[in-house]
Amino acid sequence: MTDATTRIDEIVRSNDVVLFMKGTALFPQCGFSSRAIAILDHLGVGYETVDVLQDGEIRQGIKAYSDWPTIPQLYVKGEFVGGSDIMMEMYEAGELQQLLDDKQVAKAG
Amino acid sequence: MQAAEIEALIVAGIPDARVEITDLAGDGDHYAARVVAESFRGQPRVRQHQRVYAALGDRMGGALHALQLSTGTPD
Repeated sequence: MTDATTRIDEIVRSNDVVLFMKGTALFPQCGFSSRAIAILDHLGVGYETVDVLQDGEIRQGIKAYSDWPTIPQLYVKGEFVGGSDIMMEMYEAGELQQLLDDKQVAKAG
Repeated sequence: MQAAEIEALIVAGIPDARVEITDLAGDGDHYAARVVAESFRGQPRVRQHQRVYAALGDRMGGALHALQLSTGTPD
């Protein structure tokens, strides 16, 4: 594993819900990242974010990590869920809430 | 990138795909693509999207900045 992969692996494993995104939850720097944050906020779930714009190694590494060429990327309990389009499709179908319930992810405190 | 070019690349990679491209901003840079293929049946969404991304190769995030993607199987 490369250093970037090791670091990403640690982040993914140590956070129940983590979004790799451009910008921060408060100031997303891209429409797709903004949409992903809006969905997570609607679900009321606790989550961490990683700003890939602040870390070139992670920005490149995350694409190889899940064989996924775009950002944002959502991980729940160590598992890659998808990008913002998949998040939106799952959210509208109620499947994202179901996934969080199934994996017993805590609501935001 | 032209919409026809995107469509051609997707069909080249996924021969049974029906592709519908919408130019979201009219700037040749922000598109939505709806890709429907029988060969998607039984595959998880992540895999379906990965197949479209694979067909587009390294253009994703490069020549093609923003592609809003949805996939499905024929009714």
